[in-house]
Amino acid sequence: MPAKTTSPAFESWGRYPRHHADVVPLYWTSDFPLPAPPQAPMLPVGMGRSYGDSCLLDGGTLLAARGLDRFISFNPANGLLCCEAGVTLAEILDFGVPRGWFLPVTPGTKFVTVGGAIANDIHGKNHHVAGTFGCHVPRFGLVRSTGQKYECTATQNQSLYEATIGGMGLTGLITWAEVQLRPVVSRKIKQDSIKFTGLNEFFALSRESQHLEYTVAWIDCVATGRNFARGIFMRGDHSEQPEELKPSGKPRLTMPVDLPAFLMNKGTIGAFNTAYYAKQFAKSKTGLIDYEPFFYPLDSVLHWNRAYGKQGLLQFQNVMPWEPGEYQEGFTQLLKAIAASGLGSFLAVIKTFGTVKSPGMMSFPAPGPMIALDFPVRGERSFDLTERLADITAEYGGKMYPAKDARMAPRHFQQFYPQWQEFARYIDPAFSSAFWQRVTALG
Amino acid sequence: MVSSPVYPPNRILVLGATSAIAMAVTRQLVTPAAHFFLVARSKDKLTAVAQDLLVRGALRVDMIVTDLDETQAHAQMLSVATSQLGAIDLALLAHGVLGDQAAAERDYFVAEQILGTNFLSAVSLLTWLANYCESQGRGTLAVISSVAGDRGRKSNYVYGASKAALNAFLSGLRNRCDRAGVQVLTIKPGFVATPMTVHVPKNRLFATPEHVARGILKAVRKRKDVVYVPWFWRPIMAIIKAVPERIFKTKNL
Repeated sequence: MPAKTTSPAFESWGRYPRHHADVVPLYWTSDFPLPAPPQAPMLPVGMGRSYGDSCLLDGGTLLAARGLDRFISFNPANGLLCCEAGVTLAEILDFGVPRGWFLPVTPGTKFVTVGGAIANDIHGKNHHVAGTFGCHVPRFGLVRSTGQKYECTATQNQSLYEATIGGMGLTGLITWAEVQLRPVVSRKIKQDSIKFTGLNEFFALSRESQHLEYTVAWIDCVATGRNFARGIFMRGDHSEQPEELKPSGKPRLTMPVDLPAFLMNKGTIGAFNTAYYAKQFAKSKTGLIDYEPFFYPLDSVLHWNRAYGKQGLLQFQNVMPWEPGEYQEGFTQLLKAIAASGLGSFLAVIKTFGTVKSPGMMSFPAPGPMIALDFPVRGERSFDLTERLADITAEYGGKMYPAKDARMAPRHFQQFYPQWQEFARYIDPAFSSAFWQRVTALG
Repeated sequence: MVSSPVYPPNRILVLGATSAIAMAVTRQLVTPAAHFFLVARSKDKLTAVAQDLLVRGALRVDMIVTDLDETQAHAQMLSVATSQLGAIDLALLAHGVLGDQAAAERDYFVAEQILGTNFLSAVSLLTWLANYCESQGRGTLAVISSVAGDRGRKSNYVYGASKAALNAFLSGLRNRCDRAGVQVLTIKPGFVATPMTVHVPKNRLFATPEHVARGILKAVRKRKDVVYVPWFWRPIMAIIKAVPERIFKTKNL
């Protein structure tokens, strides 16, 4: 393949896999369609914060849309922001917070673009009350490789609207979008953190916290036996005490080099997790915390993915449907498999998704418990584990999240997203991704 | 009468307002008192930039769509701009082309166009603006040149020559306008990163337009004459300028 030698290599946030593609930066919404369309497929890319290969192409042309970074309009009376698709959530916060407006939904990093947030129909700690990001995007502009422009809403070009939300960038280039912001009077979050042991305790905490805006739990996915499924449940609401809404500072820390991969092993992670769990002495703790450390603890260290070394990391995220009764067998099996593998990492979170329905056809979240964790790439051992986890997910009727996947087998993807062929009808004929090519391959 | 300079500037004229560096500079100058007058060739792009500045909180944004190569239109455009703004605190000249060096080697008229856009149109604009600022007894004329003007290299010497000519013009203009309280700032950026480098660890010589814009505004605030952005280009160019011509000419540059 000639592209291998002439095109630069790209990696996503997980740094696995690596692919070669050409790149065309877009600065203006009128820059697409390209004056000289390439033969190989194209794919829009924003900040490249997806973990696996859904933002990569092997041998095609990436449309780097970060340059579409202008605001178009803002209504201070109702918080409706219209901006180009390369604007990041960080830029929206810098703009909105001093004016008393916050993101309707935010993931664990603010360094993603609006276009990427729509394409992956991202979710956050308030999924159980607010649904996905796509639930708060009433309108966006989509340009196809043919030059056809669409304005998409729930009623206008409805199929393209639904296919594009969660459509992994495959339906065309999102050029601009409206985002409905939510009001805040303070930067602070009223946070409770409560230690728990065992999934029953976690589920009980989730149920009793349903009325709160944000819930999530850190879980020790290395501990076994008596300590199995121990963790810290965090829940919070925006503070209602008005205070001065200052803009955020810039991140100061950066991971300057790749750490040697052997630093991330069962011993170090186990010790870290024990220390983290023990750090909170009391069973529960309450306090006011700034939104930055509450939502984006890792954004304060730029390039934190280098901690996993050059081999990179694999991310796994799935959701399981609720099983009748208290005991969630599938979810428990999943956690046991992770603990038994000894490959789990410090960065594991669980949450229960709610029932708010996304307009997105291929949207990932569904009601039930979800887990997200990452582990270092250790060759076949890690691949065996992801396959085992995918098997358990499939066995119990759950599904995995494309934005965090580098390994899902075609049979699994096609079981998790039975609507994939219906979705494929809306894909721009000139677009594809390494992920899409992988999961729709025969066999 | 020389009045004291204001920072941040409130009445801002931007020529070539849709260039990446100009956009970064104007965003950093947004305040509730900022009044911009923007000039560029493309109406759609200029409108997008103007909307962005207004949403971010600028007081007022006016614009004219024109091709700055057409020097005969400059006087009228500038008198409209200054009457809208009322005065000029800062004029930023950010238009320019890199041009096609290979084509310019074959065809003089290509070279002439590069010189026309980068040098002659700037001379025309600055002649008018310098007289205006002299008469108001204040103002900053900030002009984007390039490190490429410090020494001609075979890979872009036509572009480099246009910037070298510009540098000499600015040096003389500064010498003339200083006594009137007018700041003439020569800006020499090095490599500036684009969205093209989003996925890859950047070469350490690359700077973002935001970073370059911060350097420019710091130089405006400190009333500097010549600024390299980022700063490390000053020693790099000092070394490049010090290489004897008999060695320089043999290198592949």
